[in-house]
Amino acid sequence: MKSNRRTKSEIVFDTVNVLVMLLICFVLLYPIWYTVVHSFNDATDAMMGHLYWWPRKFSLDSYKAVFKSNEIFTAFGITAARTLIGTVTSVFFTAMVAYGLSKTELIGRKFFMGMGIVTMFFSGGLIPTFLLIKNLNLLDNFFVYIIPSLFSFYNLIIFQSFFRELPKELEESARVDGANDFLIFVRIIMPLSKAVLATIALFNGVYHWNEYFSGVIYINNTNIQPIQTYLYRIVAEASSAEMMANMPGGVRSTTISSQSIKLATMVVTTFPIVCIYPFLQKYFVKGMLLGSVKG
Amino acid sequence: MNWVKVRRKLIDQKYLLLMVIPGIIWMLIFNYTPMYGIIIAFKDYKITKPISEAEWVGLKHVIEFFKDERFFLILKNTLGISFLKLIIGFPLPILFAIMLNEVKHNRFKKVVQTISYLPHFLSWVVLGGIMITWLSESGLLNELLLSMGLIKEAIPFIAKSEYFWGVVIVSDIWKELGWNAIIYLAAISGIDQSMYEAATVDGAGRLRKIWNITLPSIAGTITILLILAVGNMMNSNFDQIFVLKNTLNADASDVIDIFVYRMGIQSGRFSFATAAGLFKSLTAVVLLVSTNTIVKKINNTSLF
Repeated sequence: MKSNRRTKSEIVFDTVNVLVMLLICFVLLYPIWYTVVHSFNDATDAMMGHLYWWPRKFSLDSYKAVFKSNEIFTAFGITAARTLIGTVTSVFFTAMVAYGLSKTELIGRKFFMGMGIVTMFFSGGLIPTFLLIKNLNLLDNFFVYIIPSLFSFYNLIIFQSFFRELPKELEESARVDGANDFLIFVRIIMPLSKAVLATIALFNGVYHWNEYFSGVIYINNTNIQPIQTYLYRIVAEASSAEMMANMPGGVRSTTISSQSIKLATMVVTTFPIVCIYPFLQKYFVKGMLLGSVKG
Repeated sequence: MNWVKVRRKLIDQKYLLLMVIPGIIWMLIFNYTPMYGIIIAFKDYKITKPISEAEWVGLKHVIEFFKDERFFLILKNTLGISFLKLIIGFPLPILFAIMLNEVKHNRFKKVVQTISYLPHFLSWVVLGGIMITWLSESGLLNELLLSMGLIKEAIPFIAKSEYFWGVVIVSDIWKELGWNAIIYLAAISGIDQSMYEAATVDGAGRLRKIWNITLPSIAGTITILLILAVGNMMNSNFDQIFVLKNTLNADASDVIDIFVYRMGIQSGRFSFATAAGLFKSLTAVVLLVSTNTIVKKINNTSLF
């Protein structure tokens, strides 16, 4: 009797649990699906509302407008360039410094580590950083996306905890063969650290792909704004999108509202990340753990 | 250590040092120069002249900031949003992780987990754009509320201060629920399974096991993340609020970080804005250290 009752409550528990999980998935996915549906629907028709599950009047006009716009095309180029260059340089640079600092016998190591730890808790803040960027002539300069994010002490700690676990024998035999520390780092440590390099590269890549604020604060020249900054500008000023729909050579403004162009740009921007993240899951889960345990 | 030894070490480690020094130089430029730049909070800095030529004015800007008519408002907004995030946004990922762990079907579990990470990879611009679309007068929320007869005319949610905090909390939870659960899921998967088996033999139900085994086992992880969250209360999520704010909801969206941006970058009051920023960073450090100390006393768990 008793065991029977327990099974019943188990079933209730499991059912409720699965239903809650399904509900959560729906709530997380629906806003994205809604955006996709609206971006593929005729803009004038979408204005009538009550468009929830599937495009009512299918239209690619918004996407045509997005891909015809030179401004958007350039912005995508800038995002791709900063993601690629920014990620590669930052991962290599931070890993290199981390390897040097992981050697306990290094002169001044304690002092250097202390310098880094301070930066994790205290910073100059927005205004002094802005003035620095200005003094370095990085305003309206593509390298403002690359150089100020070249190094991260937080990532350095993740790298270090990984490097310490590596077997010492390979390094030692290379040293006996006359290789210097830099060569050891490039030829032996880097190939052994693919997992952690991939993790940090993923975090860096997502950061560069999604970051918009430096384009807002440091860049006036629209030829070097990344796509997220462009998107920010049309989200913040819907009027600029109206202008785009009315531009010469643009598709008729009757079928495209600023709204649908905004949605189409969002879908195009988000699409690459949504496609790749499920395959990189094991890397970012590992990275989160390394970061939280040691950080 | 004598000089000869130091010299020998320097030569031995020249490649290591060549690898480390660029990082140190980077930190000196991009971390420590702005820290030095904070001194303009105590000077009358004009953008046309170098910092060293600006005149010292002592605490003038700090006092001006404390006396500013918006001082209490921005403090209220900053701490209010953080506090709501703490009491609502902090426990939900724990609950989600525990419930997900109770799912017996492994494939289903995996799929839910993957879906739950998805919003984390959206930028705040995209998510903010979606929120603004949904909350506009012709947006989905008004459409639903009108058709259900709950409201008589459309409410411009994003243009009203009274809804702003709610928008911030909900969108934050939506974006980070699954991501923040990663750590708890990992902590749960590290629990010794024999404890559950023993509990089952003793006749404990699922809820009992969650309460008596799962929760106590991840208490340490929860404590550490709680310290970090409390220590972070002075920092608002700038990227998020910067997208969602507008002039109409400014009374609820003006947090310290936004205020610093408006005063410094938009109005050119660099010294004043730096003083406001310094107030924020100093309070944040004090908050982190004191939470850590308190928790250490009570619980014996600590961050440092």
